[in-house]
Amino acid sequence: MAQEHRTMICITCPRGCTLDVTVEGKTVVKVAGNNCQRGVDYAMAEVTDPRRMVTTTVRVKGGVHPLVPVYTEKPIPKPQIFALLAEARKVELTAPVKFGDIVMENVLGTGINVLASRNIPLKSKAP
Amino acid sequence: MLKQKYDVIVVGAGPAGLAAAIGAKKTGAQDVLVIERAQELGGILQQCIHNGFGLETFKKDLPGPAYAQRFIDELTSLHIDTLLDAMVLDVTSERHVSATSQWSGYVELDARALVLAMGCRERTRAQIALPGTRPAGVYTAGTAQRFVNMEGFMPGKQYVILGSGDIGMIMARRLTFEGAKVERVLEIMPFLTGLTRNYVQCLQDFDIPLQLEHTVKRIIGNERVEAIESVQVDDHRQPIPGTEEVIPCDTLLLSIGLIPENELSRKAGVALDPVTGGPFVDERMQTNVPGIFAAGNVVHVYDLVDWVTEAGLLCGRSAAQHAIAERKHAGRRVRMKGGDNVRYVVPHVLDKESLAESRQRLQMRVTTPIEAPVWVEVMNGDERIVRKADLYARPGEMVSIDIPQSAYDAVQRASELTVRVVRR
Amino acid sequence: MADKTYDVIIIGAGVVGSLVARFLSRYRLDVLVLEKDSDIGTGASSANTAIVHAGYDPIPGSLKAEMNVKGNRMFDQLAGELNFSFERRGDYVVSIGPDEYGKLETLRQQGLANGVPGMVMLDGADVRRREPNINPDVSGALWASTGGICDPFSVVVAAAENAVENGVTLLTDTAFEDFIMEGKRIVGVKTNRGDFGSRWVVNAAGLYSDVVMHKAGLRPEFKIVPRKGEYYVFDKAEMTINNVLFPVPSETSKGIVVTTTIHGNTIIGPNALEIEDKEDRSVTPEGLSEVWQGALKLVPSLSLKYAIAEFAGLRPGGNAPSPNPNIHYNKDFVIEIPKEVQGLVNLGGIESPGLTSSPAIAVRVIELLKDAGEKLEEKPDWNPIRIARPRFRDMLPVEQKLLIQNDARYGRIVCRCENVTEGEIVAEIHAPIPARTYDALKRRTWLGTGRCQGGFDIPRVVEILARELGVSSLEISKKGKGSEFLVRPTKDVETE
Repeated sequence: MAQEHRTMICITCPRGCTLDVTVEGKTVVKVAGNNCQRGVDYAMAEVTDPRRMVTTTVRVKGGVHPLVPVYTEKPIPKPQIFALLAEARKVELTAPVKFGDIVMENVLGTGINVLASRNIPLKSKAP
Repeated sequence: MLKQKYDVIVVGAGPAGLAAAIGAKKTGAQDVLVIERAQELGGILQQCIHNGFGLETFKKDLPGPAYAQRFIDELTSLHIDTLLDAMVLDVTSERHVSATSQWSGYVELDARALVLAMGCRERTRAQIALPGTRPAGVYTAGTAQRFVNMEGFMPGKQYVILGSGDIGMIMARRLTFEGAKVERVLEIMPFLTGLTRNYVQCLQDFDIPLQLEHTVKRIIGNERVEAIESVQVDDHRQPIPGTEEVIPCDTLLLSIGLIPENELSRKAGVALDPVTGGPFVDERMQTNVPGIFAAGNVVHVYDLVDWVTEAGLLCGRSAAQHAIAERKHAGRRVRMKGGDNVRYVVPHVLDKESLAESRQRLQMRVTTPIEAPVWVEVMNGDERIVRKADLYARPGEMVSIDIPQSAYDAVQRASELTVRVVRR
Repeated sequence: MADKTYDVIIIGAGVVGSLVARFLSRYRLDVLVLEKDSDIGTGASSANTAIVHAGYDPIPGSLKAEMNVKGNRMFDQLAGELNFSFERRGDYVVSIGPDEYGKLETLRQQGLANGVPGMVMLDGADVRRREPNINPDVSGALWASTGGICDPFSVVVAAAENAVENGVTLLTDTAFEDFIMEGKRIVGVKTNRGDFGSRWVVNAAGLYSDVVMHKAGLRPEFKIVPRKGEYYVFDKAEMTINNVLFPVPSETSKGIVVTTTIHGNTIIGPNALEIEDKEDRSVTPEGLSEVWQGALKLVPSLSLKYAIAEFAGLRPGGNAPSPNPNIHYNKDFVIEIPKEVQGLVNLGGIESPGLTSSPAIAVRVIELLKDAGEKLEEKPDWNPIRIARPRFRDMLPVEQKLLIQNDARYGRIVCRCENVTEGEIVAEIHAPIPARTYDALKRRTWLGTGRCQGGFDIPRVVEILARELGVSSLEISKKGKGSEFLVRPTKDVETE
């Protein structure tokens, strides 16, 4: 099978290494340009099953803010990002919300939970 | 309930301020107060809902609010005082702090050590003299971020973003996530000004076009932005005629840089580095004003919050050490006070340890003349430390008395000494 | 025809219209002020150099000269009665190099002819001593002690508010469309919000004063050509010029001024560019560059690094010949009751020194009405005093403490650069002339005018406006309909 070279930038950490990835079909043959193992892992995932952490917000009632920020506890498959965002728009929580609360369980059947990024206390008068 | 005097007062509860307060308390500062202008702790992290925080500090990829939450929880468990929704109006070089809020009213506080952690602010269209009209729909990326992520409103439907800084790129993705269209990210420089990973995961992933060496030539629209005219620039960042393009949009976001926020520092007499825009600091994050420390984006603009935290912790430790030393030193100080028939005493304050070196001379003037023999007496409450006899006392003639080295032990027990001149 | 007939309708609530309303409110008259915008004072009155001119510039014998000098004299009493910010700190016309010095004497002679008191010639050393930032090549200056600075917008608000408190009716968002005539007599006006009957109409329409005249069939040759002036505003923490510095004027303009606002910001400008569009307040690189070069001539140490705002204003320049037959001058004010129709007072071409002249123009309007046979009867209960609302920033700490004790909302700072409190904002929203937009609040409280240009306060102000007006944040605008800040709730994507 023919080999193909792909250039990609590792997004695992802020260093942003430029990777030279040699691919055969759906298999990564070689990764160059990385500074650590995470670069190899990233390249493999990018070729076979690209994933992203997704952060967004969901509505919350009665809290100090109308929204609570949420995040996927692990990266989810890239093609499912917009479906997840659509699901998140349907959610409305009731304050108080605690950091780490599961907001959406096993979202879209990925086995991954969406968690609250912070506490949202009840709205009261004085801060 | 607020105290009047704190070991350490921290201005700002963003990542630098939180870390400084925690660092100060853990180093042994007895009481620490954080003053924050927002209604909650966390600063800008609360609107930075994207991940990428904490890779160094926690070896974890956390969203901004989650990163802040860990410090907020720690601060709460350490019983650090907070004054929220409050603005510091003034700080002096003597670390006297004036602040106001609708909850506390106007308060005046003193700190043995003060930490400046006000962060930075965004550059505006004025700083780059962006031509055109002044309609609604021109926002800094941070203001838009606050609206979208915290207030729950979208400031527009169709966007152009000027500047490829991290906030700009992150907002491009965020707006796309919430159903808006980002037409273009324009960058005047021939290179990306933010992190490459943000280009990949915020722009490339969602096919948002980035144009390097392009800027906004003018803003169009009287009431609301109707379009912007973009233009390519040459090597000297000057517009190239004929490359103009009108891009319809209802919102222009600006991500064109950050400036340390040092208006308070200036009031306290803190010297600023014209290059960074922040205070000159030493290795302990102390400014040129003794007892005033600074950390985080107020010193220079960081790109990683983890490093801000590190600077904050260091700064907090230094502030606590300063406060502890000052406290110790303050215990060694005796205030000198004029008693019966004494208008004033110089020196006003005496270091108890000074008697280990030599006797100490006090000078004063009497209020009314006594044309008869008098005692000049130095008292600690009812206990007499030393006295001397004079033949008379007159306001026009300065009176003096020495505290001998033999009084060392007696002076150690005092916090205040009174001097009086009375008839024998 | 309308249900109600007014005695006087004033078209336009700029500084001229507002002061005419205020001076008319002294008499037993039903007065209505029509303003096409969502707020008063949004035209030439809101974007200018904020200088109360001494009066040596206008051609002797012109209406401009007469009104300037008379208006200038009225400012102390007016500021005292209406409680707006005004400082008579004097102004300088500065000559750079030996060639310009001679022109100062010409100006002084012109000032003497106009009746300007208190002018002094200074040599270069004097000027350098008084203004250390001045170009070292300064050869001298004409110092006019009666020059001053004010907050022009607060003049408008104070005057209009005092008028309203004395019974005048103000309608905003109400645009004049045409006159209602009975033969040669004006009996009312048509607007986008219906017809209003009136015995008199005062045309104080500023940039549109020509349009209004033409609707009455008058002065077909009269044309307002907007003259754009662009400005830079500087950070007061970084640099301060405490004086009002004019260059030696040219034939057409007083030139690029380096001056200070009453709030302490150095401002430079304006250039002078004749344009067609009466709404084009855009700033241009060319215009700003001209302003910058002009200002550097007076103060070479200025730095653009400290610019915090740029804006443009439009001067409503006219082309009316002076009514004085002894002079040849074609850009004079129009202040007249025209003979061709009955019931109209025309105020046109009121460009600089329009702000300074405005109180004198208001008094002249009353004289004209009296001359036309109006029996103006004074109201015994007329109150000339307008009380200013507290400005936290300008107070001493002891006063600030008291203010907060009485109303805790004054303890919450909403604009961090200018220290504007929630209490001030709420007070303006519920004032006799309510501020209902962000820009209306900005002009009244000076919020959002500092270094961050609203970056911090906009979300907070939107929230306060929505709460106080009892509407959704989506309805809050920068400057009226069409300029809303927000388009939808973040999560309501489907509704698009």
